[in-house]
Amino acid sequence: MKEDVKIPAAADGEAMARATGCAEGGCGCGGECTCEAAGSTATESTCGCGGACAGETAAPALWRNLDELQGSAAFQEAVENEFPRQAVPLGLGVDRRRFLQLMGGSLALGGAVACTKQPPESIVPYVKQPEEIVPGVPLAFATAAPMAGGYALGVLATSHMGRPTKIEGNPEHPASLGSTDVFAQASVLGLYDPDRSKTITNAGRIRTWEAFVDALTMELSTQESSGGAGLRILSGAVTSPSLAAQIAAVLARFPQARWYQWEPAGERSAVLGGRAAFGRDLSVRYDLAKAQVVLTLDCDLLGKGPGAVRYSRDFARGRRVWESAPEGTTAGTMNRLYAVECTPSPTSTLADHRVALKPAEIGAFAAALAAALGVPGAAAPAGWNHPEAARLLPVLAQDLLAHRGSSVVAAGDEAAPELHVLAHAINAHLGNHGSTVLLGEPIAARPANPLADLEALVGELNAGKVEALIVLDTNPVYDAPPELGVAKALLSQAARLRVHWGLYDDETARYCHWHVNATHYLETWGDARAYDGTVTLQQPLIEPLYGGRSAHEVLAVLENRSGTSAREVVQGLWQPRLGGEPQWRKAVHDGFVAGSAAPAAGAGVNAGAVAAAARTLGEAAASQQGLTLAFRPDPSAWDGRFANNAWLQELPRPFSKVVWDNPVYVSPRTARELNIDDGTADGMPGRRAAVLQVEVGGESIEAPAWVLPGQADGVLTLHLGYGRTRTGKVGKGVGVDVNKLRTRAGFWNRVGATARATGDRYELASTQGHFVMESRPIVRHATLAEYRQHPDFAREAVEAPAHDMTLYPDWPYNGHKWGMAINLSACTGCNACVAACVAENNISVVGKDQVFRGREMHWLRIDQYYAGDYEAPSAVLNQPVPCMHCENAPCEVVCPVAATTHSFEGLNEMTYNRCVGTRYCGNNCPYKVRRFNFYKFSDWTTESLKLQRNPNVSVRARGVMEKCTYCVQRISAARIASERDDRPIKDGEVKPACAQACPTEAIVFGDINDGGSRVAAWKKEPLSYGLLEDLNTRPRTTYMGRVANPNPALGEKA
Amino acid sequence: MAGRDLEARTAVAEHEESLLEKGGYHRPGIIERAPVLAPGHTAGSVTDKISSVVLSGTPRWFYPAFGLSFTLMMVLFASMGKLFWEGTGIWGVNQPVGWGFDIINFVWWIGIGHAGTLISAILLLLRQEWRTSINRFAEAMTIFAVACAGMFPLIHTGRPWLAYWLLPYPNTMGMWPQFRSPLIWDVFAVSTYATVSLLFWFVGMIPDLATLRDRSTKRIAKVLYGMAAMGWRNSAKHWHEHEVASLLLAGLATPLVLSVHTIVSFDFAVGIIPGWHATIFPPYFVAGAIYAGFAMVLTCTLPLRRAFGLHDFITDRHLDNMGKVMLATGLIVAYGYGIEAFTAWYSANQYETFMMWNRLFGPYRFHYYALLLCNVIAPQALWWRSVRVSPVGVWTVCMFINVGMWLERFIIIPASLHRDFLPSSWGIYHGSIWDWGIFVGTIGLFLTLLFLFVRFMPMISIFEMRTLVPEARGVESSPGAVAGSVEP
Repeated sequence: MKEDVKIPAAADGEAMARATGCAEGGCGCGGECTCEAAGSTATESTCGCGGACAGETAAPALWRNLDELQGSAAFQEAVENEFPRQAVPLGLGVDRRRFLQLMGGSLALGGAVACTKQPPESIVPYVKQPEEIVPGVPLAFATAAPMAGGYALGVLATSHMGRPTKIEGNPEHPASLGSTDVFAQASVLGLYDPDRSKTITNAGRIRTWEAFVDALTMELSTQESSGGAGLRILSGAVTSPSLAAQIAAVLARFPQARWYQWEPAGERSAVLGGRAAFGRDLSVRYDLAKAQVVLTLDCDLLGKGPGAVRYSRDFARGRRVWESAPEGTTAGTMNRLYAVECTPSPTSTLADHRVALKPAEIGAFAAALAAALGVPGAAAPAGWNHPEAARLLPVLAQDLLAHRGSSVVAAGDEAAPELHVLAHAINAHLGNHGSTVLLGEPIAARPANPLADLEALVGELNAGKVEALIVLDTNPVYDAPPELGVAKALLSQAARLRVHWGLYDDETARYCHWHVNATHYLETWGDARAYDGTVTLQQPLIEPLYGGRSAHEVLAVLENRSGTSAREVVQGLWQPRLGGEPQWRKAVHDGFVAGSAAPAAGAGVNAGAVAAAARTLGEAAASQQGLTLAFRPDPSAWDGRFANNAWLQELPRPFSKVVWDNPVYVSPRTARELNIDDGTADGMPGRRAAVLQVEVGGESIEAPAWVLPGQADGVLTLHLGYGRTRTGKVGKGVGVDVNKLRTRAGFWNRVGATARATGDRYELASTQGHFVMESRPIVRHATLAEYRQHPDFAREAVEAPAHDMTLYPDWPYNGHKWGMAINLSACTGCNACVAACVAENNISVVGKDQVFRGREMHWLRIDQYYAGDYEAPSAVLNQPVPCMHCENAPCEVVCPVAATTHSFEGLNEMTYNRCVGTRYCGNNCPYKVRRFNFYKFSDWTTESLKLQRNPNVSVRARGVMEKCTYCVQRISAARIASERDDRPIKDGEVKPACAQACPTEAIVFGDINDGGSRVAAWKKEPLSYGLLEDLNTRPRTTYMGRVANPNPALGEKA
Repeated sequence: MAGRDLEARTAVAEHEESLLEKGGYHRPGIIERAPVLAPGHTAGSVTDKISSVVLSGTPRWFYPAFGLSFTLMMVLFASMGKLFWEGTGIWGVNQPVGWGFDIINFVWWIGIGHAGTLISAILLLLRQEWRTSINRFAEAMTIFAVACAGMFPLIHTGRPWLAYWLLPYPNTMGMWPQFRSPLIWDVFAVSTYATVSLLFWFVGMIPDLATLRDRSTKRIAKVLYGMAAMGWRNSAKHWHEHEVASLLLAGLATPLVLSVHTIVSFDFAVGIIPGWHATIFPPYFVAGAIYAGFAMVLTCTLPLRRAFGLHDFITDRHLDNMGKVMLATGLIVAYGYGIEAFTAWYSANQYETFMMWNRLFGPYRFHYYALLLCNVIAPQALWWRSVRVSPVGVWTVCMFINVGMWLERFIIIPASLHRDFLPSSWGIYHGSIWDWGIFVGTIGLFLTLLFLFVRFMPMISIFEMRTLVPEARGVESSPGAVAGSVEP
């Protein structure tokens, strides 16, 4: 059956003489395909033998005609002769005209054949349906999303027929409890990023993995003799036990080799501060569920860091005043947050008291606080005075002392190490250690000071001691302080083999001989520890899209176990530790190893270190001059590793709502001193920002300025991660590279800078142009005391028309009646909901220019308003605004083609196919939540992005309106599941993407008709109000008025 | 029509004369009022003069003027090509300002059209004889303005190839349009208006087309005019039926003058946006439309009168009367502005108050001040008769009004949308180069059609003008004999 057949040419003899063909497929693939006819014995063999098998003619078992059976000479001739007897062979007799005819015919036929060419890949239909895979029903797999600092967030990855499309939090995982942050949400786009590095290269030329392994093995064999004296590994911070074990194995094989770690935005200060305070490495985490009073010292506790998602959850639970109140009362309790910081952070938007100080002043404040609390060794700094801080300090100290054991003082990663020492000392003094502040064994495989590590490596490179350098997904050429001279050191002659393993062919890859394209975390096995040390297992959901290799495979080569797969490494480590295959399977299923949190450890705080820290901080505050530069990881690009993620680039940054840029944040007063305006022009959502030249230590950058209320005077905040020169199309050249101004001493905060306006203007695209409420009752807020007196304060702010003031009867919602409630007291404005909405609903990225024109597509936005004086606001109010799904929806009546209608369950639905795009609905929406496809914003052409899309949500075409659907596809899925099981939909079963992602559980969704549902209970609360209810739109999304808990001793209003 | 008309006119004239004789009735307007037709004309001379515009050679100035208009029309087509190729994004519209030049231009053009209908239908029914010399031209302007306006609802949609879904027609989707939407009312209002206007215009032209058929010397012209004249043979029966049809259409068109712009105003009044949601809108829009329409009629007529030497037919009396109409409607419009401001204050609604404050001091304040200058202050010049009868004076005022009425729609549409309820969503709007391309392009289309019209059609109603010559007044009583006399 599988013979090669030479088909006799047509009678006139001019045919394409040699039609090679698989007997079944006839695919014309030239012998590359594997014919896999069902049940055929020929499954394994390939065709295209070019007649090699034509000799098997002796009495075939299967035959086509009698001639073949007899093996007649005529048949043999017909088979063997390329041209039958009558055919005129092509040759000298062909004239030009005939030749052209034949060529033309061949080309035409070639084209015709190409049309029906089958894909050259093996197609294996399911003989037996694999377990669990039902076409159209997504599966969720537990895995670990790596976060900055090498930590893991336990997540569930949704897979549609083998394509991971969405990341959700793992409800069982202690770091997540079902929520996520923006980076985890956006990571799924990172997987499909078409700009990811796709090949292994050597000096820019494409090479195979085998060639790489050969090259590396050869180098390693020369290293072996010297014990690896010339071998260095540079990685990011590592918490992964299996990676650490592999590195340990490599170091055992090459005892002279060294392993360095570099993180441009890691926990350096915490590590150094912890060592100074405790004399050893310890991990610190907080139990905010128990905390009554929290003080953050330049610390974005809820906004960044490996524990932020969990901290947000715990902290917000302590602020749901109505749920903590006994039935029928308003006597609920609330925790209290004091924030002292130099630049506004999501955390401080929930602060009950906030003071903006320069970084050095924060140190002085901490020292003064420690002294006020009576911390042994602490002394108040002399000569430092700040009226606002002085007013807060005694009250704060009293509050902390009143909450011994139930308070938390947290110092941020960007604060000085000495500040961490003081925070530890204060916590120890207040008896918080072991209660709200949990000390444990270190979580990182080797806690390190990345600056010292990198400095040592550079020194060795320059000294010619490094011969082979393996860089594991870290990018010091871009993100290290320039004074270290990483790029120049990498070009050291001695370093003859430099290998870069990473997701992108980035700046550092350019300085390496070899670049190995890495796997995304969704493509490979692995593990990492969560903020509390819980081992989180990572499993692949998809074959590496671009054939990438995991770090485990690269390290396996170094271990001389080349060919070992990532799974073998991870399973090899954990299966024996866990006790066997079933336990391993359970851990992979759960996504983490239960009970693997870092064991508790304790240590006293060294009083000498406290005294030294207080002194240092006091001196720093006294001796500062000039402007302070505060470097901060970017809320979207982080340290630059997410620069090529368009979802993150287009997320409006908290406070400025700027997208696709990293402006310098300047306080209003400093802006006046620098003689610049804020660049607002007649209500444009974007700004024509003044360009500042920021100069320090002889280096300068030019960057647009954003005048930010709440910023500390004299501090310029610069965000890392921009100005990338080598990344994908998305991130290249976006924003300004501020790493140039970083130094070892001024790693996070650098004093003595000057700035001047260049006179140029730069267009910044922002999604919000106006940050004051114009005395409108939009975000309704009160203090806890006011709420207790007037629980109705939010509802009474405006008079909503009575529901019976109409001739028409209400629609009877006999089945479900969906609704949403949003707790404004909990929202930090972290954007996780926005990112989740983008990922779930295939929302287009439109780019900076279109955002500048006011055409962003986000269905959900977080409005931010400043309360009180705009220049010195008393609070920043966050308000997530999805579609209100109004009962009397103004959009519905004006649509001329009934493309937007009310569903029988109360949703305001958009039928894209019916929309002709008059935009009337968008005009008439008082909440302005409708988004119009002014262009073909959806990417319909990039292949890899097609895989990313949620198949249950339409990809919108040009010219149609779109908006929040309450994730109607999830409602449908829940309905199908409930109907299949013949049961009602349970409360909480339907969670829109925003509600699911929200780390503070600020969004609840459910059936208002279901009396037991949370959303119904929330809507019954006196705090509940509808936005613009006076328009009689009867919004279905309602808000819980914001309640703050300021210290009565300070007598402040909300 | 002419019969009873004439009797009535004669009766009025006689009455006035008798009053004058008695000395008890003195109205300067009556004796000083210029005639609607310059003295010395006969039926023949009227026909000669008007038909010569069409039948004699093309004047030299026509080519550059037409060429310019045609070029502008090409700008329209280029801009529309770009629009269809790339999408609505080439315009300046955004969130929150979903409508910009597209709807401004739509309302502006629709408003301009109103003058034609008012002049031909309402003034016909009110027996205002002075309308005769301008009605044909004004009707043509209506058609062309509606053509310009009618494009915008189609092309402003995101998916114009599906715009036919706004029409109620049986379809496999089982879908009707959504009848609660004012855009659907627009579809009916505008399409009815366009149809009736077109019919009215054409029916009114039939006798004159027959005149041109009979007078033209070229074979092709004879054939084409002959087809257009639909076999008009000047019989009494023809005249009778023409009369009936004209009256019927006039009767149909009259409510349309009020309804179309009322319904267009519903596009805004039904919305809940401050600056839109106002009950004053229907009358205020209708008055504005007439205001704009008269301004545009004069804007076009005055240069043409000069170019073709039609001073005998379009006299100072016309300028005077039209100036008065503009002054009256302009005052209604000014009242509308006043009431908007009053409502904003008196309602004590903070959104309305802010809307008014924003008009006065917001980003579009200069647009608003310019609007007040153009629409409220400039037309006050029309109180003076010397301005009303001065072609330059009137034309200048008309240009102010043209600009002012466009600005009015700008203030109503983008300036209301850009700052509504939630300050977080406030934005700004500026027309892009393509917005301007389409706007200027529609002016090109309008002028091109207008030039073609004046060159190939009788721009003044010949047969109606003939009813105004003195001999028709004094001698004849049979309409057919006077009005329809055909060259042998």
